Amino acid sequence: MIHQEPFVRVVKRTAISKRKVMLFRLIALAGALLAGALLVALLGYDPIQMYSDMVSGALGNSLLAVNRKGVLAFSTSSQATLKIATLLLVTALGLTMAFKMRFWNIGGEGQILVGAISCSYIAIHYGEVWPQWLLLLVMFVVSCIGGGLYGLLPALFKARWGTNETLFTLMLNYIAIHFITYLQYQPTWQIPGTTFPKIRDFAASTRLPMVLGVHVGWIIALMLAVLVYLYFAKTKQGYEVSVVGESANTARYAGMNVSRIILRTMFISGAICGFAGFMQVSGADGSLTTDTASGAGFTSITVAWLSGMNPLLMIIYSIFIAILARGAGRIQTTMGIPKSAADMLIGIILFFMLGVEFFINYRLIFRAGRRGEEAKAI
Amino acid sequence: MENIPSPARAVQNAVEMRNITKTFGSVVANDKVCLMLRQGEILALLGENGSGKTTLMNMLSGIYLQDSGEILICNKPVTIRSPKDAYALGIGMIHQHFKLVDVLTAGENIVLGLQGKRTLNRREINQKVRQIAQKYGFEIDPTKKVYNMAVSEKQTVEIIKALYRGAETLILDEPTAVLTPQETTKLFDVLRMMKAHGKSIIIITHKLNEVMEISDRVAILRKGEYIATVETAATTQQDLTEMMVGRRVKLEIDRPACARGERKLHVTDLTCVSREGVTKLSGVNFDAFGGEILGVAGVAGSGQKELCEAITGLRPLAGGSILYRYQKDAMTIEENIAGMRADQIAHRGVSLAFVPEDRLGMGLVANMNIVDNVILRSYQENRGILINRKKYRPICEKMIKDLDIVTPGLTTPVRRLSGGNVQKVLLGREILSLPQVLLCAYPVRGLDIVSSYRIYSLLNAEKEKGNAVIFIGEDLDVLMDLCDRVMVLCGGQVSGIVDPRTCTKEEIGLMMTRVGDGREGERA
Repeated sequence: MIHQEPFVRVVKRTAISKRKVMLFRLIALAGALLAGALLVALLGYDPIQMYSDMVSGALGNSLLAVNRKGVLAFSTSSQATLKIATLLLVTALGLTMAFKMRFWNIGGEGQILVGAISCSYIAIHYGEVWPQWLLLLVMFVVSCIGGGLYGLLPALFKARWGTNETLFTLMLNYIAIHFITYLQYQPTWQIPGTTFPKIRDFAASTRLPMVLGVHVGWIIALMLAVLVYLYFAKTKQGYEVSVVGESANTARYAGMNVSRIILRTMFISGAICGFAGFMQVSGADGSLTTDTASGAGFTSITVAWLSGMNPLLMIIYSIFIAILARGAGRIQTTMGIPKSAADMLIGIILFFMLGVEFFINYRLIFRAGRRGEEAKAI
Repeated sequence: MENIPSPARAVQNAVEMRNITKTFGSVVANDKVCLMLRQGEILALLGENGSGKTTLMNMLSGIYLQDSGEILICNKPVTIRSPKDAYALGIGMIHQHFKLVDVLTAGENIVLGLQGKRTLNRREINQKVRQIAQKYGFEIDPTKKVYNMAVSEKQTVEIIKALYRGAETLILDEPTAVLTPQETTKLFDVLRMMKAHGKSIIIITHKLNEVMEISDRVAILRKGEYIATVETAATTQQDLTEMMVGRRVKLEIDRPACARGERKLHVTDLTCVSREGVTKLSGVNFDAFGGEILGVAGVAGSGQKELCEAITGLRPLAGGSILYRYQKDAMTIEENIAGMRADQIAHRGVSLAFVPEDRLGMGLVANMNIVDNVILRSYQENRGILINRKKYRPICEKMIKDLDIVTPGLTTPVRRLSGGNVQKVLLGREILSLPQVLLCAYPVRGLDIVSSYRIYSLLNAEKEKGNAVIFIGEDLDVLMDLCDRVMVLCGGQVSGIVDPRTCTKEEIGLMMTRVGDGREGERA
């Protein structure tokens, strides 16, 4: 009849200081790098060289330099990293709008693509006709509306019939991707004179201007992060989103029109993601492909969660993830590390970074440890 | 020699708990608590909400494991890791919130989870259930489905479930909270019968008159600490209160005399149907007047929640009208607000305040701080798109001071506050909106005595200002002492509105079960 008590118990923490949280995160980062090093060493590569290759591959030898044309610009390697970070940051900001409302928008990918498709329509059909300022303005507006409407769709169904938004938004991603495949075969979109399924390149007048060698989107993204931060900290709408997220019942009780708030917020969420699509086609790529979003809609979820829905922290984390992604590509070429191993490395690092949240929220009590505590107490 | 129970010993300890400590995070729920239950006695476990009564009993019934300290059953030390262990030791607990499967019958619920034979012999089970019922004086139909049962019947099923499993020690967690006075009397008769058959019983309660009536001894807890165990016959209610609260408190509730004001709320023929098509309210008629507290009594789930939500526009109506009289721009308006949604009512500037039953799930946002919670009802008043928190900081500071709210600061999330302080924030905010009608659902549920009296005085202050207060309560003693009129609900209908000064508790108790054939609606 007499049992032993369980070996380990999990207890929720009530309060934890910010310094301790920071310390935990740093320990997690160190643990992640160590575990990654162990993996690479087991595969027979030099971990120190790998990490230095990752950083130099992502950022170049110097971040900013005067290039061949004699203009100050980001180094070629860091330009690519910055483009990825910009896409991740804007998408994460868009998703955060929904996440703050506990609306699990997994459809960032689709919303990016629909935004990209909408503005590509303008770019391809009016690229040679309209002046650049008008083109960019109209492309911006239609990308936001396109992405916004694509985000509105699952919200409408949720508000009306209570459908599950996670599955709904996830499925919409695939529709958007395959719609691009369809467009690749349409005569007005396809590269003229070929049967190759590829959408034609944009005219120069539809491209975003460059700042320090990277399209201007990166500056807009930084401003957007501040805007989203202010939205939640200072505005009535941001407050309403938080209340609906915490408890729809409370919101209704407080006299808020919950359906309208869900619809409005999801439109904004989708619109920001759609804008990310516009930056990608008009700024980074200059064309529309099925790889335009390249998984950013999913990776941004990680960015949003790592930063705990804090828009300003998202700036740091989007750069961090972009460095990882670029660095993982680099070590494949310089050291011949297989892609699968590089992916594992990223997985390990993210696992540690997200896993530490458990230890921030809970603590473990071991049976032996408790005896010690008791002994101390006595 | 200690461990061997000797038959010669006259009184054996059914349960002994020594120096039990249990913490949840930084909260110490039980701090070195000792408790002894003799064989064949009824022990009342007395303490305010949050004093650790339920936690202590949950450790005895295998739901929690103590951090330190030991439990002895019949003088043998044991470790109870699960409710199954507890049953094997002859301990059965009847929880405050019943743990029954609605679609099964009483008999099926009773044997649920027991190691049985390959097939279920329902006749045999029902036979055995009837035998137990007869032995102790229960009334039960083993073939009745749980969803057709009234709360008291469900409680009977829970008790028989414990007895069926051979429980020698029974723990009842606030068993009378959901019962009418008549049902309570019946339950106490059964408990005395079980005691006569040698069962040992622990009854958790915070109602003093019940302690005096049923128990042999009383164990008192206060804020997680063990205070004392006394013989019931040798103590008084006043002494018990002092031990429970830690200081002398006045036990009378004030009912200031006020002249009845104008009619603020005129409800006629209010009818509500749930989404599943069940009628929750039918033909409810009543008036609420200024300068008066209107009490609403009824067994849990008699339509109280629906009544509140219907009046405040949170629930669609099937019929009826709600005439609401209020002052706006120095004009008196009487308007029918029936059928308006809560946001539409709010847009009209109707000053109707509502303290809902679910404080942290509806009235407040648990993860937000006091300022963010206080602006919840009035943030729209500020012009422009921005929210003006600065304006509310001094208002919140004043509220904290006026109502003695204990909080580490303005930025602490309200979920971290104690129940009494949470309620003060909620009620304080509603009073800030200068309402002419204040609707409160169970405003003192879960609050300690001191906080409860604070709430009563706040409600009395509203009444003295000439506002109408509607108080939905569960404790009949409180309703009868505080209110000017008491409306009794039963099965979604009004079975009467009485004057508590001239009416007895038993009469109200009868009204709580009379309409609708004594069957009350499903528990919410």
